[in-house]
Amino acid sequence: MKFIFFKNLCFVAISGMFVMPVYAQVQIDINKPNIHPMPIAITRFINTTNQGNQTCKNVPDVISADLERSGLFKPIDSKAFIQTIESLQNQPNFPDWKVINAQALVNGQISSTQDGQIRVEFNLWDVFAENQMLKQSYTTTTNGCRRIAHIIADAIYTRITGETGYFDTQIIYVSETGSQLKRIKRLALMDQDGENHNFLTQPQELVLTPRFSPTAREVTYLSFFRNNPQVYLLHLNSGRRELLGNFPGMTFAPRFSPDGNKMTMSLAKNGNTNIYEMDLKTRNITRLTDNKWINTGPSYAPDGKKIVFESDRSGSQQLYVMNIDGSEQTRISFGSGRYATPVWSPRGDLIAFTKHKDREFFIGVMRSDGSGERLLAKGYLVEGPSWAPNGRVLAFCRQTKSPSSQSKLFSVDLTGFNEKQIITPLDGSDPAWSPLIP
Amino acid sequence: MKIRFLCMVAAVALLGACQSADETVVSGTSASDNIVTKAPAPTSAKSVSIVAGSQADFVSNVGDRVFFEYDVFGLTPEAKEQLIKWVAFMQKYPRNNLTIEGHADERGTREYNLALGERRANSIQNFLVSHGIASSRLRVISYGKERPDVIGSNESSWARNRRGVGVIQ
Repeated sequence: MKFIFFKNLCFVAISGMFVMPVYAQVQIDINKPNIHPMPIAITRFINTTNQGNQTCKNVPDVISADLERSGLFKPIDSKAFIQTIESLQNQPNFPDWKVINAQALVNGQISSTQDGQIRVEFNLWDVFAENQMLKQSYTTTTNGCRRIAHIIADAIYTRITGETGYFDTQIIYVSETGSQLKRIKRLALMDQDGENHNFLTQPQELVLTPRFSPTAREVTYLSFFRNNPQVYLLHLNSGRRELLGNFPGMTFAPRFSPDGNKMTMSLAKNGNTNIYEMDLKTRNITRLTDNKWINTGPSYAPDGKKIVFESDRSGSQQLYVMNIDGSEQTRISFGSGRYATPVWSPRGDLIAFTKHKDREFFIGVMRSDGSGERLLAKGYLVEGPSWAPNGRVLAFCRQTKSPSSQSKLFSVDLTGFNEKQIITPLDGSDPAWSPLIP
Repeated sequence: MKIRFLCMVAAVALLGACQSADETVVSGTSASDNIVTKAPAPTSAKSVSIVAGSQADFVSNVGDRVFFEYDVFGLTPEAKEQLIKWVAFMQKYPRNNLTIEGHADERGTREYNLALGERRANSIQNFLVSHGIASSRLRVISYGKERPDVIGSNESSWARNRRGVGVIQ
C-alpha cells in the first residue's frame, strides 16, 4: 500500500487495490431484474479513534442502507453473525460466513490519524472463493463520515456489479407543501439517501424544474420571481444567483450541456415555444428550433453533439432528435400516446421519457433511435424522469389523484423493478439527480 | 471535506441571507394573490365596496375568466362572447392595463403545460388586440398547472382549471 497525504484536500483515497478479480464468484448481472438480491454481511467497524466509539459509528449502516436500496443486495442481520469482529480483523473464518449464506463480507476499521483526522479502512471479501476483493482506506474529518460511507458503498457496488456506483450523489428537487391551490414550492438539496436536507429558496417564490451542472456546483431552474417566469442560475458555493438572459417572454425548461459551458432553454412568446442555446461565457444566444409549435424539454446527448426534445408539431407531443446546431430535426417516437420530457442517459444508449396515454402516465425508456420502448412505472400522474449518473436508476415524481393529491419522489431500476420512494420531509416533485460528486 | 462542507453551509446561509435582504419585497405579491376569489360579495356590501374599473368590478360585473377545451388553446364561442365584454371594459377604462394568465389542468407534463398556458393567454391577447385593445396595455403570463382554481381529479375540476384569467392592473 502506498500512502499519499494531502492535508488540505477534502477527501483523499489513500489506497485502492483489487485482489483476485479474475475468478471472483461474487457478481451481480445488473441487466436482469434482480429477484434475489445478493446476501451480504456488513459488520460493525472496529473503532479505535481517540474520541471513542461514537465517531463515524454509522458508517456500516449507511453502506448497508445504500446497498439495500439498490435492490441488488440484501444485508444480513448482524445477530446471525458467528465470527466476532475482533477475530475477523485478523482473517475471516469463511465457513462461519458461508453457513449464514453470506456471499460477500465487509469489515473495516475506523482510527484517528496523527493530525486528528479520521481514517476509515474497509475490506470486501468473496466468501465462497475465500479471497479479498477490495481493500481501501480514506481519511476525512468527522463531518465526512457519511460521505466516506457512500464512497465505500459505491466501491463495493462497482466491484460486484462492474458498474459505476451512484451513492455519492445528491438530489435537487422541488419541495412542496400547502394547498394545491397555492402550493408552496422551494428548491431543496439533499444527499441521495435523503440526508443533509437543505432548502435553497424562500417559500414565497414559486420555483420549478431544477437541474444540476456537470460539476454539481451550479443549479439552473425556473423561478416566478416578481411574477416574471425566467430561468436562473444559482451558484451553490457562493449562494449567488443570476437571471440568465434578457428574453422578451417566458423562459423555462433549462438544461446544462454535458461540458457545462452552454445551456438550452425554451422561450414562449406569441403562442410559440422554441428552443434556444446560450453560451454561458459569452452569453450569446442561438435559436435551435423555429416554428409555431411547442418545442421544449431539451436534453443533450452525453457527447454534446445532439439534443432530444419534445414537440407537438405533428399534432401531439412527440420526441425529436436534432443536431446541436438545430439541423436534421427527426422524430423518434411513434408509439401510441404522447411523449414528453425526454432525458438522454449518461451512458448515451437510452432516452427516458414521460408517456401519457389513455388517462395514465408512464415513465419509460427507448433507444436513442426510438426503438425498444419499455415502460418502467405508471400512475395517475408520473412525470419527469432523471437519471442516476450510472444510467441504471431513474428518479421521478408521482402525484396521486385528489383529494389526497400527494406528490412524492420515487426511484426505479432500468429493469422496471425495485421501485422505491425517495423519502423527503414534505412532498416533492421535479427531482434531478447529480453527477457523482467531484 | 471540512472545507467543502463549510462552503456548502456558507452557500445556504448566504442564499438565505441575500433573499431575506433583497427579495422579501415579493412576499405575498404573486399574481394569484391579486385574483379576487369567485365567491360573490354579499349583495348588501357590493354596491358600496366595488370601485368602478377595479378588479372587483371586473370579476363581479364582467367575469374575469374564460375556459378552454382539453389541450386546446383556440377560443370557444362562449369564450369569444365573454372576451367581447373584456374589450368593452378595457375601452371603458382606458387607463387600466390587463395581465392575462394562462392555466392548464393537471393532466399534462409540467413544461408542456407552461407552454400551453402561454398559448392560451396569447390567444386571449390576440383576440383583444384584434378588437382594438392596444397590445401595450396587455401582458401575458403562464402558470401552467401550478395554480389550479379548484382541487379535483375529475372532468368538472379539470374544465374549471383550463382557463384564462384577466387581472386588472
